[in-house]
Amino acid sequence: MGTDAIICHPDDTVATAVRDLAPGERVRATGCGEVVGIELRDSVLLGHKLALRDICEGEEIIKYGEKIGRATSAIRQGEHVHLHNVDGLRGRGDLR
Amino acid sequence: MKFLGYVRPDGRVGTRNHVLIFPTVICATAVAQMIQREVPGTVTVDHPHGCGHMGEEKDLIVRAMAGVCSHPNVGGVLLVGLGCELITPEVVSGAMLANRRCELLSIQAEGGTRGAVQKGKDLAARLVAEIAQDEREPTDISALIVGTNCGGSDTLSGLTANPAVGAAADRIVAGGGTVILSETPELIGAEHVLSRRAASAEVRRRIYEITAATEELAMKAGVDIRNSEPSPGNKAGGLTTLEEKSLGAILKGGTSPIRQVISYAERPIESGLVIMDSPAHDAVCNTGMIAGGAQIIVFTTGRGTPLGAPTAPVVKVSSNSGLYRRMVDNLDVNAGSVLEGTETVDELGERLFREIVSVASGRLTKAELLGHNEFAIHSLGLNV
Repeated sequence: MGTDAIICHPDDTVATAVRDLAPGERVRATGCGEVVGIELRDSVLLGHKLALRDICEGEEIIKYGEKIGRATSAIRQGEHVHLHNVDGLRGRGDLR
Repeated sequence: MKFLGYVRPDGRVGTRNHVLIFPTVICATAVAQMIQREVPGTVTVDHPHGCGHMGEEKDLIVRAMAGVCSHPNVGGVLLVGLGCELITPEVVSGAMLANRRCELLSIQAEGGTRGAVQKGKDLAARLVAEIAQDEREPTDISALIVGTNCGGSDTLSGLTANPAVGAAADRIVAGGGTVILSETPELIGAEHVLSRRAASAEVRRRIYEITAATEELAMKAGVDIRNSEPSPGNKAGGLTTLEEKSLGAILKGGTSPIRQVISYAERPIESGLVIMDSPAHDAVCNTGMIAGGAQIIVFTTGRGTPLGAPTAPVVKVSSNSGLYRRMVDNLDVNAGSVLEGTETVDELGERLFREIVSVASGRLTKAELLGHNEFAIHSLGLNV
């Protein structure tokens, strides 16, 4: 479908890579909305997520139009979004 | 639409016609296997249960065993016990709601392994001869209960395979059939989305109740649920949090109203989409849905799994083409076509729906061809 990453919902702040993407690549994310010319800052493998825009530390990460977690550090557009910079909000018995 | 099924005396319809050699206690497992190996046309299971269970756990295990043994996919069952256990063949047969061809065998009463195997072989061979008389007949798909499950998911599961299963689920429900959405941990973070489709206030209350109870397990244990959910393979596949996994997993249920929330291994009363409160463990979840009456399971995967079930076909759907090519021996349908743009989610849903009807009518799945028969009953840890 001529896209590098899929956007599930218009409110999403992340997109899912549909092929292995390399740092420095300019990528196009499509689906519910379109963001073009994102310069990748990290390697993002097939199925992994990249930031569609800059995300502040503490900001909720949105996918499927819903919150899937919270940024543990500032994330810039084109960065890999995964375990190293996102915390889950549910089932956090470690915080009780 | 019709499928070809085995119509049973209780009106339920089987997609298979198995003779099941079922040990009601772990002590009878080896004898059950010896009988199964010597009588062609039989299947068996192994499990660690049958003794020491207390209270609610005993009820759950008896319900699950009876549900599997009286299932419409089972034309005949030989229940094998030791003789001194808590859950004897008599206990299980007493709990079986349907009047299936059922034989009972006790190892102690037959004087040990050799005697029990000899008698068991005779009983099993007779059951095999009896079920050979059964014939498939055209049956409306409203008789189908389709269980859905996902295991070894990646982020693509939520973009391709799961929504396609959802599109097939909508077609089953539109035809009057029943679809089970399960794996309670994988509803956590998506309850609010599901609750909007609850058919009643009670269903809405139950959705929140079962997810809160499961989340509380992690809270009580003092751990981040993300240590276990998503699994290491899920994370390698790009899934970051449980919420993300859940929001992708619930797509398997399609878009129809949620009619009922049932307990593990419980039979749905309502048709349409129902939720079963079950663990996310693949085999435990499948066994619970089969015990609840599912005659076929549709299972999505992004990392790949060989999983099957002893008495029901498991149709496995790959979330991506790379996996499908690597594990084609184990996978039935490739949803990677959606990513490649050669098929829409809805077109794939239609293809999957037809595949479900075809498998329900007798076409064997990859798991059946390979002899996969994973089986596990949920344990509440209430045993001594």
